[in-house]
Amino acid sequence: MAQATEATAPAKPGDASPSMAAGVDLAKAARLGLIGGATASFLSAIGMVTSFDSRMLIDPYITLGYAVLFLVPFAFGYLAGRPPILLEGQLPAPVGLRNVTAGAIAGLGTGLLLAVTVLIAANFDLRAVFVNLSPAMVETLTFGQSLGVGIALLIAGCIVFGALGGAVNVISSRWRAPIMTGLLWVFTLALLEDLLSQLFRGLNLDSLIRVFYAPGGGMTALGAAIIFVIVLALAMWLKRRPPQVRQKFEALNKSERQRWVAIGIGLTAVLLYLIPIVMGGFMSEILDLVGIYLLMALGLNIVVGFAGLLDLGYVAFFAVGAYMTAVLTSPGSPAFAPELTFWAALPFVVLAAAVAGLFVGTPVLRMRGDYLAIVTLGFGEIARILFLSDWFKPVFGGAQGITQIPTPSIGPFEINNPQTFFYPIMFMVIIAAYISWALSRSRIGRAWNAMREDETVAEALGVNIVTAKLSAFVVGAALASFAGALFASKVGAVFPNSFSIVVSIIVLVIIIVGGMGNLAGVAVGALVIVGLPQLLREFDEYRFLLYGALLIFMMLNKPEGLIPSRRRVAELHQEEMGQDAWMGPEQQEQTTVDSTASPVTTTS
Amino acid sequence: MALLEIHDLKKTFGGLKAIEGLDLHVDEGEIVSIIGPNGAGKTTLFNLISGLFPVDEGEILFDGRTLKGLFPNDITELGLARTFQNVRLFPNMTVLENVMVARHCRTRSGIFSSIFRTRRFRQEEAETKAKAEEILGFFGSRLVGYRFDQPAFVLSYANRRRLEIARAMATDPKMILLDEPTAGMNPRETVELTELIGKLRDDHGFTICMIEHDMQVVRGVSDRVICLDYGRKIAEGTYQEVATNEQVIEAYLGRKATEAAS
Repeated sequence: MAQATEATAPAKPGDASPSMAAGVDLAKAARLGLIGGATASFLSAIGMVTSFDSRMLIDPYITLGYAVLFLVPFAFGYLAGRPPILLEGQLPAPVGLRNVTAGAIAGLGTGLLLAVTVLIAANFDLRAVFVNLSPAMVETLTFGQSLGVGIALLIAGCIVFGALGGAVNVISSRWRAPIMTGLLWVFTLALLEDLLSQLFRGLNLDSLIRVFYAPGGGMTALGAAIIFVIVLALAMWLKRRPPQVRQKFEALNKSERQRWVAIGIGLTAVLLYLIPIVMGGFMSEILDLVGIYLLMALGLNIVVGFAGLLDLGYVAFFAVGAYMTAVLTSPGSPAFAPELTFWAALPFVVLAAAVAGLFVGTPVLRMRGDYLAIVTLGFGEIARILFLSDWFKPVFGGAQGITQIPTPSIGPFEINNPQTFFYPIMFMVIIAAYISWALSRSRIGRAWNAMREDETVAEALGVNIVTAKLSAFVVGAALASFAGALFASKVGAVFPNSFSIVVSIIVLVIIIVGGMGNLAGVAVGALVIVGLPQLLREFDEYRFLLYGALLIFMMLNKPEGLIPSRRRVAELHQEEMGQDAWMGPEQQEQTTVDSTASPVTTTS
Repeated sequence: MALLEIHDLKKTFGGLKAIEGLDLHVDEGEIVSIIGPNGAGKTTLFNLISGLFPVDEGEILFDGRTLKGLFPNDITELGLARTFQNVRLFPNMTVLENVMVARHCRTRSGIFSSIFRTRRFRQEEAETKAKAEEILGFFGSRLVGYRFDQPAFVLSYANRRRLEIARAMATDPKMILLDEPTAGMNPRETVELTELIGKLRDDHGFTICMIEHDMQVVRGVSDRVICLDYGRKIAEGTYQEVATNEQVIEAYLGRKATEAAS
């Protein structure tokens, strides 16, 4: 394919060196353009562009709808203009007009296909099948102009953005990353308008809001420019002098280190105290939800990330926690209502969840991998159906659930609104994080790890698989029951339908996207997966589409997660690192002796 | 006194009789090599002893106790450790962790002591670490220092084999089953490992039973050699006795060859 396009591009200067890499492949650019066109048409056909059009990003120029639409030719233009992978001994082909042309070709392909979609939607009524192929969509995509002018504009726009995408490859790498970072920040801050104006209002900085955000919604052009310049400058500066916090920290002596750790803990505590006060009710509500999911994710991280037991029915333990809390604390509990306080009920709740963990864990002891996943998936559904069943209706209330669950209180302080609920949730999250940390560095944690890597060998080395598996299930169940208890008392009622399979899946997605086995990764995952869709309500409708796209992207490009544990990176990039296996011990000894400081580099 | 006794052991996989009425014993402090052509049932024998496969018929006694029906981890706890033919480390755990895991059955701390970091937990953890470092020191400079914190998969093949032996040692065994310890090693490494097997017995007092194809190694360290073929013991004795046994030569080279030789 490369040779074929070579012939079509005589403009290339006489290649003196035969090992020069081929330039960008224009035929591939055309193909990418068609894929881009299909993507853009799909996004339009599901109504994303139309419905996002009402959200202003940068007032009055760019709406979210157009941003999403033109992101497609931009991205495919970038891909089309990307120089091919260099083989060993090849010189890189010079970048230049050819990369931009490739981008423009991809943009043209996207625009043409999109134009076809618009023409079809304008001339045929396909709304029986594609609800969103409506006149509204046609109007959005033709910029409110007549069909001919609109389509010409659309194609021209796609070509321009495709060319811009291709041009990204031409910019020297010194500028590329800072510019992209700047654009990303402008885009993100414009999206997070709700959050930030709330934050500024909480900090009494109303005047700042007026600089950055237009009254009718969206960021002002001035604000966008200011943010872009600031981020650009910061990124350039950081690039030149990357902060070496970790090295500096490790160079400190013990007492100094302890002092910094203490300062860090103090600052975090103050920050956590201030967050709900500054953020207000709406944001706290979102953060509470993030916290509850985070708590579950920390628990599932022990089961899946540490012990390697793929549990798809994790919601069962969340449900047990919530229902036990409801039964023990609510005066409305149908059969048995001891009306304990939240804190008095908590030990029983955890105990019940631990028993449930044993109950689920025991039958699946001899199952591995896919089989385990399927069976636990079944258990998750069984739990929901049991809570819904007529059989248990006298105890759990069937579809009516249990209501009037009281809120907890700490001493004289009643915890009865989203802001105050933030504190017990954070408290539990910190406890769960500590438990994860402590267990991962212990005899049990090592046994889990060994079991995850090779169950047979772990058993042959004296690890009791039965105890190890059951303890992982029990600890995971206990943490999920914390989350369930908080959920029940926060909402004030439990219904079987709150505990559908989707909860299990979301929790699993959190730890996959965030980074399995890593606590910080799980926290980031919870914020991204649960927090963002709440903040960006436009996206909420397309939540599962985005989860799917995100998962595929992560699996292809960053299977270890956003913030991976060091071990996971090694595991998933093992082929690249394990290649010294063929080396004899002599060579290995030689190469490693002189680089004791960084032994890992010897493998590359 | 016999540490390991096997009486009339039988194991079939479907129609295949992998082990057919095997009797053998290993005395305390002995180094016994098990040889035999491919498919003779050597590794199956190890899997039966270490509890990975259930025994069909017969009896396995270790230190006077029957191993039948015990889980692999119970057998390890009784003092019988093993290595695997195709090195099976925990590749993503560090070298030190690989050995520390093997202390599992000799340590006791549970979930609560781990969470509350009790004094006993911290003491046990420190002991486990010290013990693991000491065992890795047995292999000279190869597995110590910066190697402690490297993941096992970066190790060279020979070092992986060494680490597997270190892991077996860390379970405080009375007896170690080595499944082809020198497979895939170069001649120099093989010589070194042969010496090491001798040291395992002489310095640490482990009884050794090993499967080995390399006759130099077998001759170098074995007190006694047992040859299996089709799940039966066809010869037993010193290296010389077994190496000159006609049935053994026949098993390795086939009938025609022996007839031609005689």
